[in-house]
Amino acid sequence: MHDNEHTSHHHEESFIRKYIFSLDHKMIGKQFLIYGLLMFFLGGGLALLFRWQLAYPDRPLPIIGASQQYMDEGEVVTGADRMWERIYESEKEEWLEVNMPNGVVDPAFYNMLFTMHATVMVFFVVVPILVGAFGNFLIPLMIGTRDMAFPILNMLSFWFAVLAAVIMTIGFFVPGGHAAAGWTGYAPLSSDAQWTGVEWGQILWGLSLFVQGLSSLVGSINYITTIINMRAPGMTFFRLPLVIWSLFIVAILLLLAFPVLSSAIVLLVFDRLAGTTFFTTTAEGGGDPLLWQHLFWFFGHPEVYILILPGMGIASELIAVFSRKPIFGYRSMVYAMIAIAFLGWIVWGHHMFQSGMRPGLGSIFMTTTMLIAVPSAIKTFNWLGTMFKGSIRFTTPMLHGIAFVSMFVIGGLSGIYMANTPVDIFIHDTYYIVAHIHYVVFGGSLFAIFGGIIFWFPKMYGRYMNDTLSKIHFWLTFVAFNCTFFPMHILGVGGHMRRISNPLQYEFLQQFEGMNIFITMSAFTLGFAQLILVFNFFWSMSRGKVAEQNPWHVNTLEWEAPTPVPHGNFGQIPTVYRGPYEYSVPDEEDDWIPQTRPEHAPATGGD
Amino acid sequence: MLQWLPDNVSTFGQGVDNLFYAIYYITLIALILVMATLITFLIKYRYQEGKRATYIEGSTTLEIVWTAATTVIVFVLAMFSYPQWNKIKSPTSFPENPDVVVQVSGKQFNWDMTYPGPDNEFGTDDDLILENELHVPVNAVVHIRLTAVDVIHSFFVPQLRLKQDALPSRFIDMWFEATKAGRYEIPCAELCGFGHSGMLGYLNVHAQTDYDAWLQERWPQ
Repeated sequence: MHDNEHTSHHHEESFIRKYIFSLDHKMIGKQFLIYGLLMFFLGGGLALLFRWQLAYPDRPLPIIGASQQYMDEGEVVTGADRMWERIYESEKEEWLEVNMPNGVVDPAFYNMLFTMHATVMVFFVVVPILVGAFGNFLIPLMIGTRDMAFPILNMLSFWFAVLAAVIMTIGFFVPGGHAAAGWTGYAPLSSDAQWTGVEWGQILWGLSLFVQGLSSLVGSINYITTIINMRAPGMTFFRLPLVIWSLFIVAILLLLAFPVLSSAIVLLVFDRLAGTTFFTTTAEGGGDPLLWQHLFWFFGHPEVYILILPGMGIASELIAVFSRKPIFGYRSMVYAMIAIAFLGWIVWGHHMFQSGMRPGLGSIFMTTTMLIAVPSAIKTFNWLGTMFKGSIRFTTPMLHGIAFVSMFVIGGLSGIYMANTPVDIFIHDTYYIVAHIHYVVFGGSLFAIFGGIIFWFPKMYGRYMNDTLSKIHFWLTFVAFNCTFFPMHILGVGGHMRRISNPLQYEFLQQFEGMNIFITMSAFTLGFAQLILVFNFFWSMSRGKVAEQNPWHVNTLEWEAPTPVPHGNFGQIPTVYRGPYEYSVPDEEDDWIPQTRPEHAPATGGD
Repeated sequence: MLQWLPDNVSTFGQGVDNLFYAIYYITLIALILVMATLITFLIKYRYQEGKRATYIEGSTTLEIVWTAATTVIVFVLAMFSYPQWNKIKSPTSFPENPDVVVQVSGKQFNWDMTYPGPDNEFGTDDDLILENELHVPVNAVVHIRLTAVDVIHSFFVPQLRLKQDALPSRFIDMWFEATKAGRYEIPCAELCGFGHSGMLGYLNVHAQTDYDAWLQERWPQ
């Protein structure tokens, strides 16, 4: 890199311009990443609260729960008892008193907990990190351009997301509590306050998702425009790295899917505030509860692929780089992603097999749904093919890449059960579904996210993350994840319903008490393991080992940019001469060839 | 894993279980093959000093093979599933002339069971409404008109392998034939509010003589 003088022209920016209302795609990407990590703790904390209730139904939480003596005789024994005493004596209704009297999770509060756990994880963690953080950081760098097509829209996309998160957080503290009708918000439970007692919570939930929809909309238009129009010279579509392909496809899905949810939410809010009946049937006619489900899942299923496709893209990068091999069947990988995205539009009915939808439709949706096994299998076999005869480096990002593949296989295969209409009769609305989505979204997307963070951290912050801490985090997470979610398959086979707060109320679920306790213990381990990641992330920002420009010896363009990447990214816009995965080319000295190296140029030996 | 399935007590349950087992073995074999390949590759092709990766860009033959193989498996599985699904859920293929017809209605947070009484008509004076208790004879075809009064509920009897959402102001027909007398739980499987957990009814499957005695007790003639 001898033309750095081009990059030095940018003037010093004020703190606010640089770190808060930044127009730089890299800063916006980092903002989304930190935003997602913070929300990850909110979402995870909610999960731990309801996991406690599932393991020890109606028993007070540790530390903040009242003691048995206090609950029985009113005798203050512990510090927590003193706190409860104060709360009960105070005149006004305290938040804790309403939601967790004596530290015991109230059933209505329980419904709010799992509703908000899923809402936060889906809309405020996985999508902001995968699409917001990686999309923003990687797209301009990997296609070889200086920034996004619309930097101001890009900034707006982040601040819409912040506004959405603020609105969502306020919902926890309004009278009546937050939304408690499930993250799917099925009407009429969600459309009429009398069924849940939730007044403003549900409306704020809708408003927040509507604003988050604006963020996604603005972001996706930006991604699509940037990828179509601003690729570096020579960067043809079939020279794009797979992670960019995945983000491109996801941007199209977001653009088309999210407005459906936004419209449905507007109708829901009308039902609540304006007395319309879109989602309830009245004596005079009115609408239909199933309309909500059709609208929600018409958005919701593409949304599921929005959650997994960028994970697939990231895993593909990691596996190719650390196997030192080209992606096996690059074009099939692209076509498989397009096929998954296309099929994603015609499978929503599989969420509704038992909903009362016409049974004939069930058979049609079963067929389209099971077809998704085909592109999923293509991708899995191609990842294996990429490792075949490779030279596999077990770096921490690669461990996450391998974990992604193996967990995605389990999550993909368990999906066949619920795609199958007769089997779904039994497992629908049981923990089998919970196991499945967590194997795909946690085992899949989150492992890809962790791997991606560690992999691109040197480019983001110019330093490595601490590898010992990363490895401890990986192994703890991998083991605790499987201990938490694998037994849920067994609960599901036993018929254990989801969304019940006390399994011990049912005769046929008594046998699962021990398993629920085991799952909760594992979940707490899993939760606390994530503290290691976040500590490592923030610590390494300033204390990590300084990284060179291209520490993993990667071909793609982001590693051609200097570290730390300056405003405008590249001195001179690079020209691309080859595909992104030219690893271990025969008769080459190095086992990698940057995309910028001309076809017949002599080997330069890297940077 | 499948030993955790509750004992099946319905005529169509075995068909569901057979598909469950078929998918279980197909996915188990697929899982073992993929994991074994993955682990083999990870060991065999780990980084070794002086050994380079082999440059392979892919194989069209292999892509065609695994695309075709998965497609065939998927369609075969679907073919076996259509009839089972129709048998359980399609009103046109229900057994005719049911021995018992009951209306089940979900409401926060109970199941109301309405028997039409001797005149076999709902909405007449001899109707009998029971809260959370459903009585049927063993080895008899039972038709249920499922509905809800407030929000969506879901009628679930694990042992019957039967689940169906109940929608307000809509009547959905379903059927079953229980093969074993006993008392089975009917949890609500769809989130329906703060009392969802614990919304629980009971299906009492009686021997024919006991059922006749129960009828006699309810509608003395």
